[in-house]
Amino acid sequence: MADLTSEFVGIKSPNPFWLASAPPTDKEYNVRRAFEAGWGGVVWKTLGEAGPPIVNVNGPRYGAVWGADRRLLGLNNIELITDRPLDVNLREIKTVKRDYPDRAVVVSLMVPCEEAAWKAILPLVEETGADGIELNFGCPHGMSERGMGSAVGQVPDYIEMVTRWCKANTRMPVIVKLTPNITDIRYPARAARKGGADAVSLINTVSSITSVDLDAMSPEPSIDGKGSHGGYCGPAVKPIALNMVAEIARDPETAGLPISGIGGVTTWRDAAEFIALGAGNVQVCTAAMTYGFKIVEEMISGLSQWMDGKGHPDVAGIVGRAVPNVTDWQYLNLNYVTKARIDQEACIQCGRCYVACEDTSHQAISMSPDRVFEVIDEECVACNLCVNVCPVEGCITMEELAVGAVDKRTGAEVQADHGDWTTHPNNPAVRQAAE
Amino acid sequence: MSNSPFTAGVVPARLSAEALAENFGDLHPPLDPHEAAVAADRCYFCYDAPCVTACPTSIDIPLFIRQIATGMPEAAARTIFDQNILGGMCARVCPTETLCEEACVREAAEGKPVEIGRLQRFATDVVMAAGTHPYRRGAPTGKRVAVVGAGPAGLACAHRLAMKGHDVALFDARPKPGGLNEFGIASYKTVGGFAQAEVDWLMRIGGIETHFGRQLGNDLTLGQLRDGYDAVFLGIGLAGVNALRVQGEDVKNVLDAVDFISDLRQADDLSSLPVGRNIVVIGGGMTAVDAAVQSRLLGAETVTIVYRRGRDRMSASRYEQDLAASKGVRIVTNAQPKAVIGNGSVREVEFEYTEDTPDGLNGTGETLRIPADQVFRAIGQRLEGAPEPLALEGGKIKVTSSGRTSLQGVWAGGDCAAGGDDLTVTAVAEGRDAAEDIHAEIG
Ligand SMILES: Cc1cc2nc3c(=O)[nH]c(=O)nc-3n(C[C@H](O)[C@H](O)[C@H](O)COP(=O)(O)OP(=O)(O)OC[C@H]3O[C@@H](n4cnc5c(N)ncnc54)[C@H](O)[C@@H]3O)c2cc1C
Ligand SMILES: Cc1cc2nc3c(=O)[nH]c(=O)nc-3n(C[C@H](O)[C@H](O)[C@H](O)COP(=O)(O)O)c2cc1C
Ligand code: SF4
Repeated sequence: MADLTSEFVGIKSPNPFWLASAPPTDKEYNVRRAFEAGWGGVVWKTLGEAGPPIVNVNGPRYGAVWGADRRLLGLNNIELITDRPLDVNLREIKTVKRDYPDRAVVVSLMVPCEEAAWKAILPLVEETGADGIELNFGCPHGMSERGMGSAVGQVPDYIEMVTRWCKANTRMPVIVKLTPNITDIRYPARAARKGGADAVSLINTVSSITSVDLDAMSPEPSIDGKGSHGGYCGPAVKPIALNMVAEIARDPETAGLPISGIGGVTTWRDAAEFIALGAGNVQVCTAAMTYGFKIVEEMISGLSQWMDGKGHPDVAGIVGRAVPNVTDWQYLNLNYVTKARIDQEACIQCGRCYVACEDTSHQAISMSPDRVFEVIDEECVACNLCVNVCPVEGCITMEELAVGAVDKRTGAEVQADHGDWTTHPNNPAVRQAAE
Repeated sequence: MSNSPFTAGVVPARLSAEALAENFGDLHPPLDPHEAAVAADRCYFCYDAPCVTACPTSIDIPLFIRQIATGMPEAAARTIFDQNILGGMCARVCPTETLCEEACVREAAEGKPVEIGRLQRFATDVVMAAGTHPYRRGAPTGKRVAVVGAGPAGLACAHRLAMKGHDVALFDARPKPGGLNEFGIASYKTVGGFAQAEVDWLMRIGGIETHFGRQLGNDLTLGQLRDGYDAVFLGIGLAGVNALRVQGEDVKNVLDAVDFISDLRQADDLSSLPVGRNIVVIGGGMTAVDAAVQSRLLGAETVTIVYRRGRDRMSASRYEQDLAASKGVRIVTNAQPKAVIGNGSVREVEFEYTEDTPDGLNGTGETLRIPADQVFRAIGQRLEGAPEPLALEGGKIKVTSSGRTSLQGVWAGGDCAAGGDDLTVTAVAEGRDAAEDIHAEIG
């Protein structure tokens, strides 16, 4: 059986599935249940400084986007950091860590952007025996209005500065949690590394308004007729998170920096994809909030079955396996030519490929009076839209043309060697060089 | 002592009132909004969708399903009613398994079509429940049209004519409108007095004057109607019933299935309706299935449908046959009636096994006797009382594709007209199309 044990910035856990800092990790009660259910670790719900705890709204704090069967596709929240007193949280962290020494317990922190504030809280956390800290530079609502959370995460200089303070004031590993609410994720990641971060984790939630109540004319969740943007998470954000993880993994300036992958992880497969793109482990919030802690059983069994099937002995061995294949558009092989192929046996004659191509693409599918749909190779640019709109999996596939075959659209023979934009005659840079 | 399924003879109240109420409840209960959203999401919004082609009234099915999916059932209902003003009834009684749902690509893909019929009911129920009628009568044209027969064909024709602003006089021999919607369709397909409620709702278009208890050929003549109106539409259905033509047919308790069903549909109290202990239904269509199933639901102990050809030749769909089987009806095929046996009342029926050969149906000589204290004839209805001068075709009124008969100014549609299946939805399509043609003609 595959070895799922994980070591992330020196923190050991029996599997790479951690719960992200959020309501599932806000209390000893929840965390104990999570560990009993099998989770490898938790990042405790973000703690703030000592003193009167922050307050949350007393109206609804979630908005949601659903599929037709009310499958939760995306969740949005306006919750702030923990609203329980600091000493209560610290006491609970200590007893949980004592009782579950084999599990990872990382504490998420967010205090004002002053060194004194960080200096004050770090020893208190150390004293609990926690395995590490995660700096919450991501929360996009509420706390950011007070100069914390994503207000820090959006300014690389601040990230570097705060990270450096933390590294100077604790022996614990420091994970910097990044916000996706920026234009280029590589800058904050580089800043974290410069500040000495042991790892980054991402993504935190995406600034969002999920819906508008058209009677009240208020964004939802509506608090007394008004709404505020929240943070979006769940399956809908996974593609955004995967790209950001990959960007950091392949950036020469941050290559090798450990990454904790977060954002829409719901199944073992999602986790495996994050890991393949460079994440050393994953964190989960929405999936647990939707289905409860038991989902980790599926994640564990699914990942180990897949690893066994592929002959991967351990998690470390799959980290970043797909990173070398993430490249820039300009390096994609333009000599790789495919054509759509429709399996007539599998076709159920819905006509979706036809209308998609006819109305919105390249008029490359023909329709006969008796509803037979065929690809016109002379027109097919291999865009793949028909594959994506076809309701039958595997009915339309993209078939690679062999070297030497003629692409009927261009009349050109398929070349054996790689040829990309950097060498393409239409590229102005290539033309200039030739002149 | 009260009666039970085992009481001999033809008696009422074989089952308790509760059991009867349960048996005659909705065959396909309505979808709730969430179920409808889930069912609607399964539609692929096919291009030039096959389901639309398969619907005799050509409802834009993908569009109405998408309107349900986006939370707009009223708009969905409008899409349905635009093509089929009896979309509510059709949603309940159409054999969708041989129409739209058979054509659904998901039937091909996974043997599980989008539930078009139930979705149609969901949308139309919303509008019916709101009590709104979505159409207005057009500006009066001053033209007068006589519509004979207030079944689906006549009703669809009358409504479309009223929409165009014509004055419609609607005649029917029966005391109530609805045709077979009211007197024929199985009770569990249209519960809760839906047929009358739908007619009332339809009439709210205005401009339709009803004359019940007026029979063409008796109280009215075609000549009078042609003289008095700018156009005449005949939607008189099939009032006659085919006879078995076997020895002993005239003994007691050998009845027409349609009469039994009509009594059942009109009964205020199902426990007052007498039904036999052992029932034999002769025929292979929807009427046979409905008579058989409803006899079982009333508490008959054994019910057997006997059809003279093979099972695949039965005009009742596979789904209907399975429904009958699931209610405990036995289906015997390849057996034709030879004699009804009984002294005064029927006691048993003798059949002869058959072989369906290329030269026709041949008896094998081997016979079978089935005990019966009640026998229902369901071997087809036929046109009765069609006015003399009309040309016929295959025993029905000959019409063009837009419903014109051989007589100038006279149109016909529904079961009484040649061509098309004898279905509610086909009658609606033909009535509607004839109205459009009448409008084009008299303008
Ligand atoms: C038992 C049974 C079950 C059925 N089940 C289904 C089903 O589940 N689904 C389905 O799609 N179809 C079903 N059908 C068929 C469907 O009911 C008919 O196809 C449909 O009703 C035909 O409509 P119509 O308007 O042509 O005729 P009808 O509904 O028969 O209406 C004709 C009207 O004309 C009146 N009339 C007749 N003669 C005269 C006259 N001389 N003067 C004045 N008025 C006259 C009648 O009183 C009647 O009201 C069933 C039929 C039967 C008999
Ligand atoms: C209600 C709620 C509260 C959250 N609170 C915090 C928090 O206090 N600190 C933090 O770092 N992230 C917080 N998050 C973000 C999650 O930790 C996580 O980064 C995000 O939800 C993406 O993961 P997911 O798609 O698995 O939910 C919160 C998320 C939710 C839904
Ligand atoms: S054929 Fe079926 S899936 Fe396609 S549009 Fe019609 S109902 Fe929807």
